[in-house]
This record gives sequence, C-alpha cells and structure tokens, in this order.
Amino acid sequence: MLKCESLTKKYGSKLAVHNLTLNIEKGKVYALLGSNGSGKTTLMKMIAGLTHPTSGTILYENQPIGIASKKEIAYMPTDSFFYKYMSIKDVGKYYKDFFQDFDEEKYKELLERMELSEKLKASSLSTGLGAKLKLCVTLARKAKLYMLDEPLNGIDIIAREQVMNTILEAMNEENSFIISSHLVDELETVIDEAIFIKNGVLELNRSAEELRAQYNNSISEIYKMIYLGKGEF
Amino acid sequence: MYYLTSALVKCKREAKEGEEVEFDHTRPIYMQVIEDIKLRIIRGELKVGDKLPSTRELAMQYQINPNTASRIYNELEQEGFCYTKRGLGTFITEDETMIIEAKETMAEKLIEDCINGLKQLNYSENEVIALFQKKIGE
Repeated sequence: MLKCESLTKKYGSKLAVHNLTLNIEKGKVYALLGSNGSGKTTLMKMIAGLTHPTSGTILYENQPIGIASKKEIAYMPTDSFFYKYMSIKDVGKYYKDFFQDFDEEKYKELLERMELSEKLKASSLSTGLGAKLKLCVTLARKAKLYMLDEPLNGIDIIAREQVMNTILEAMNEENSFIISSHLVDELETVIDEAIFIKNGVLELNRSAEELRAQYNNSISEIYKMIYLGKGEF
Repeated sequence: MYYLTSALVKCKREAKEGEEVEFDHTRPIYMQVIEDIKLRIIRGELKVGDKLPSTRELAMQYQINPNTASRIYNELEQEGFCYTKRGLGTFITEDETMIIEAKETMAEKLIEDCINGLKQLNYSENEVIALFQKKIGE
C-alpha cells in the first residue's frame, strides 16, 4: 500500500530522517516507536505530504504522494489545528469541506462515545478533550491509511481505554494504521508490527508477536533495550 | 521465575472472571487468548458446540488487534478445538475428549512449572511431595 524508499529529510544540517526504507501493508496496524526527536513526526508529515523529503521516494498505491494520496490518508498531528472561534460542530463542517470521505454520521457517533458535546467551543477544551476531538475528526474520515501521532498525549489513564477501544473499532481488513506513541505499553495488544526509529534511522521493523516469541519480552522492554543500545536485534 | 508470573496471571484471570484478561506482554498475545478460551471451555463457561464470538467481537472483547483475533481462530481450528460453519461462524468442538485432553495438558503444565520452580529452590523430590501433602492437608 505504501512504500518508502531511502527516505532522507534534512532540516538545515540536521538529519531528521536518514535513508529510511519501509513498507506498509493493507490491513495492518503499525506502532511507530522512538524517543522525542527520533524522526517519527517528520516521517508521518512526509507521508501526509506536508513536507517533502530531501531525497528518496514515497509511493502510495504506486503513485507519488499528492492529491490522490491525501484523499485516502488521514493524518492526526500532535498539535491542535482548530480555529479558536469554532464549535465542535463547526470543526466537523470544516473537515467536511476539506475531505470528501468525511462521514458526518460517524463523527456524531464518535463524539457521543467520547462524551463531547457539539456545542462546545474547540478553544475551551482541556488538553484531554482536545485530543479526543482530534481523534474523532480523524477517524470520521473513511480513509485507507490512518496516521495517529501520539493519540494518547494528554489523555488521562481512565480515558485511555476508551480511546484505544475507539481506535481498535475503526480497524478492519481494508485499512491500515500507523500509531506513534511513547506509551508503548498501551499499544502492546493492538499492533501487528513494531517500527523502531532511533535518530532518524530505522532500527527494526518486525511483527510484535514474533518479537515476543523470540525474545520472551514485551515490545516495551525491547524498545528500552534498543534505545539504551543493549542487545542485538 | 517465569512460572511465578504465569501463575499470577492465571490467578488474576480467575479473580476477574468475566472481565478483561490481564496480558503478560512478554508472551505472544494470541497464545494467551487461546489459553484463556480453552480455560473457559474447561471450566464450562463456554459449552461444547457453542458459537464463539465473531473475529471482530473477539478483538473488542480482549482489546486485541483484529488480525490477532483471526489468527486465534485459525490456530484453534487447526488444533481441532473449534470449527467454522460457512456463513454461520466459529463453533466449539463437540468432541469432549479434546476438552479432557486439553485439561490434562494444562494440569501437567502447571505441575511441571511448579516442580521446576521448586527444584530451582533446591527442593528434593521428596521434599516437593511433602510440601504438596502439607498444602493439600491444610
């Protein structure tokens, strides 16, 4: 579905992503794991077409990233992107104008699940509610590839399960998910594959169940070992 | 120390019957769900010939990835523990001997883990037996 080949992104002299090759398959869920500044967001932004690679290629369904890919890829950034005057209902309308695949019914259903009232002003929301709104508006698109950058940021421990369940429910054989998080524990049971990025370099990309079986360890522990440079993977 | 954590997970499961399973993230998730389903069949919470939830429902019930859920049914089917009726869903085997065998295998595994653990603590076979008798007598 998506192929990244020898992707490199430089910001000035800083290498954000370095020579990264990655394949994303249909119907699979990927965890994108890495510490802050490891290049996760840069990679997602390149796939979303919000920033261009310095070198290398990205092909979505054998086509370069562009208008067609943007129609099918739903990207949820970490930062908030709503205008202050907007109500939650307005946010839906705004999305509807931008994306043909935005499903208003689905949006309402998701808001209800997250206990968000359409009348609330987007600017009045707490960090946690703002994060839920971002998720609702992203999952209300009938996209083929969802990229969620830190969907659990600002979500308290009680609401995490609600958020993870909502994400889980959106998964099917026809779509794929790339979810970045530093809360590796929360993603353990939800993912097919784990992608580990360190300093912009792809360290490892493997099936989560295979990793557990081979190393008798959790993805969360393997993550720590990779970042502390312990052990060979 | 693995046998200890594994026993702990089992205790938690029993304590939280009907609620979500606490996974041990150091072991493949699909294996743990398979064990849990077998355990529930052995305990009689799920009956022979019963219809199992759909792959989707299973994923939600255990809060696991849908691909893991379909893998679980594939494995259970290969083992002969369940079968698929086309268009109707997945059902538990009606072969009771399979369930008895599974129960025996599980019991054996528990005993083995326990004995191995005690051996690591330098218990002799006789001491292990004595320990068991004392515990059971309590």
